[in-house]
Amino acid sequence: MKRRGFNKMLLGAGVALPALNLFRDGVAYAQGPSGGLTAIINPEPPVLVLPLNQQIPTGTIGGKIYESLLDYDFDLKPRPQLAESWEISEDGLTYTFHLVKNAKWHDGKPFTSADVVFSCNVMLKEVHPRARGVFERCESITAPDDYTVVFKLKSPFGPFLLAFETSSAPMAPKHIYEGTDYRKNPTNDTPIGTGPFKLKEWQRGSYIHLVANEDYYLKGQPALTEIFYKIIPDGASRSVAMESGEAQLSQFADIEPFDVPRLASMPNLKMTTKGYEFFSPVLWYEMNLRKKPFDDLRFRKAVRHLLDPKFIVERINFGLGKPATGPIASTTRFYDPNVTIYKTDVAAATALLDEMGLKPGANGVRATIRFLVVPFGEMWTRLGEYFRQALKQGGIEVVLDTTDPAGFAEKVSNWDFETTSNMLYQNGDPALGVARSYISSNIRKGVMFTNTEGYSNPEVDDLFARAAVLTSDKERAALYSKVQKILVDDLPVLWMTEQQFPTIHDARLENLIDSAIGVNGTFGRTRWA
Amino acid sequence: MNDSLRTFLRHPAGTVGLAILAVVCVAAALAPILYPGSPWDMVGAPLRGPGTLGSFLGTDTMGRDIASGVMHGARVSLMIGIASTLAALLVGVTLGAIAGFAGETIDLLIVRFIEIFQTIPNFVLAILLVAILTPSIWTIILAIGLVSWPPLARLTRIQVKSIAAREFVQAARCQGQGSLSILLRHVIPNAISPIIVTGSMTVASAILIEAALSFMGLGDPNYMSWGYMIGAGRTVIRQAWWASVFPGLAILLTAVAINLIGEALNDALNPKISRS
Repeated sequence: MKRRGFNKMLLGAGVALPALNLFRDGVAYAQGPSGGLTAIINPEPPVLVLPLNQQIPTGTIGGKIYESLLDYDFDLKPRPQLAESWEISEDGLTYTFHLVKNAKWHDGKPFTSADVVFSCNVMLKEVHPRARGVFERCESITAPDDYTVVFKLKSPFGPFLLAFETSSAPMAPKHIYEGTDYRKNPTNDTPIGTGPFKLKEWQRGSYIHLVANEDYYLKGQPALTEIFYKIIPDGASRSVAMESGEAQLSQFADIEPFDVPRLASMPNLKMTTKGYEFFSPVLWYEMNLRKKPFDDLRFRKAVRHLLDPKFIVERINFGLGKPATGPIASTTRFYDPNVTIYKTDVAAATALLDEMGLKPGANGVRATIRFLVVPFGEMWTRLGEYFRQALKQGGIEVVLDTTDPAGFAEKVSNWDFETTSNMLYQNGDPALGVARSYISSNIRKGVMFTNTEGYSNPEVDDLFARAAVLTSDKERAALYSKVQKILVDDLPVLWMTEQQFPTIHDARLENLIDSAIGVNGTFGRTRWA
Repeated sequence: MNDSLRTFLRHPAGTVGLAILAVVCVAAALAPILYPGSPWDMVGAPLRGPGTLGSFLGTDTMGRDIASGVMHGARVSLMIGIASTLAALLVGVTLGAIAGFAGETIDLLIVRFIEIFQTIPNFVLAILLVAILTPSIWTIILAIGLVSWPPLARLTRIQVKSIAAREFVQAARCQGQGSLSILLRHVIPNAISPIIVTGSMTVASAILIEAALSFMGLGDPNYMSWGYMIGAGRTVIRQAWWASVFPGLAILLTAVAINLIGEALNDALNPKISRS
């Protein structure tokens, strides 16, 4: 390459990146309390039809357009949404929901019980794996009249009421989707829901513009006139957008952890970690238990002793999170802190490795393992780097492998990895979001977010199975306590931290975060002070 | 060659370049002695400024020593720069020489082949190659080598073409020497000086491409390189400028030094200038 050539390349690299983030292409975004809100979204969702896709950004924007039957407070207690009331039979087998009577789809057609039956019994079962798992437990889903839906379960299911969160069971319009190829439906570009906001315009790569649904069934809602979701792919630009007031809301991992304290301390912004209780993600290091030496509990314990969750909280997450003690997050139900505590202790680790016969070789290396770096951003890269340095103290050499998101999902779901890291949502209840990572019936090759580590313990399977079908919270708690103890002793994965997400917003916004799904809620009551 | 050496040393820019490059080479050589640990070791508190106790150039977000990273990074950058340039030279000079010396049909084919590579933007092709082959130090060298050879091939071709038409080459032919022997003993030695100059510049551009790849997260995750350090430090630039500035300076100085040397070499190897 000629010198002039690479001078140009340097200039190009310096100038082109920021230029990508100049979105002021003649669009007047809502600025400040004018009735509209400008929020950040990242990455750009592939589609906004929530029944078809439940990735984080789809859930955030789809949560304004689509609704489900229920909503949840910070303690995960159900509240009315599209269902205004509900009854549960004594035996815990029949759930009867009474729907709101004046709800309409965005195209003006009335929302009725036929839509609920179609969504839960037909469409979601086909396109939504998580909903399928729940609604397959139903013997029948029927609509005695236009505004009543009855779910009859084959056997009791403790967390059934938690299955009606917006992303878990979004209601889809029957008159649009019935009898069509759901994924190829021509209306997928203009999603039709019942929510307080509807899609006006989607400028790919730039912004998604929602406007108030004037026919919304709740009086006085929505208070905001419009929401612009600006797509800002670069972390530094997102911080600047919040700082300058160009955007007034950021959520999930939009703001890099190290920028959070700075933005949170600004007088015109507020920061909260509330509103993620439903998700309560737990982050862990995962080992492929099918391979040596990870099948040896002593090796897993040794690695656990070499790791320090506090380091991850303080240095990698800049304080956003807290050390996890086991598989169930302390922010959800049935958490039990009385489990084995593993101290960060190099001597204990090396003793275990010695016992295994993994003696240090000539260069002090006892074993060499590979780590697949998660390709989702800075934090994940740092987690890999920390893993390597931490294990080095115990004489375990870690070689990092990098890949792209598609390659990552492919490798992990097909069990083609040695170690990696992962983070899973708990979805409000251990039966919905925890069991799936440990029960042997969920060892499913090719499927992501299953029991990818390959852990199998009949006692754990049995405890999770029994706890799911009980309706008494007390009895469930006893079984979950037992399963937590066993899992922490067995270390199928190495739990590190309960991740917290920062929601940063303009201090003048009111009623923004008022449910366990926070920023994924409807924002119907959100208003400017 | 003595004339050339003298001209080179009389060239102020060349000596400055040589001095800077020497410093970089010394840093690379001394890295394992001055900083015996791995540059990835988290040795101190995170985001410490330069000059604070124990960290000469400060620490990054994970408490890794920037000075250690810059010195170890010099090894990676120089290694990749030189190895990929050698790869590019091997391919470029071979193909260029064949094109320039063999008949018209082969020449045409090779030139078209070179043009295929020249129509694809270098950096894009490098990103593509590394992404497909999964990032590791060898795939990076291969990718940079593959995108750097076309200019070298074109230069070699035209040099060989012009030298091959000279009378001394014709004389050698008349004496009955074989084609390969003529190419290797008479043509290439006389065509090589501008190739050396361009080759030295290629080292600088290879270092820049490697830095850009690492910056984008396509570096080998097991080697600390300057580009990686800037990429990792870029996000905290407002809290810790030192995490990206020092590796950035290292890249800048090395690239400038190599370019200065290249320019001085150009003058030194030019008989008209060096013998005046």
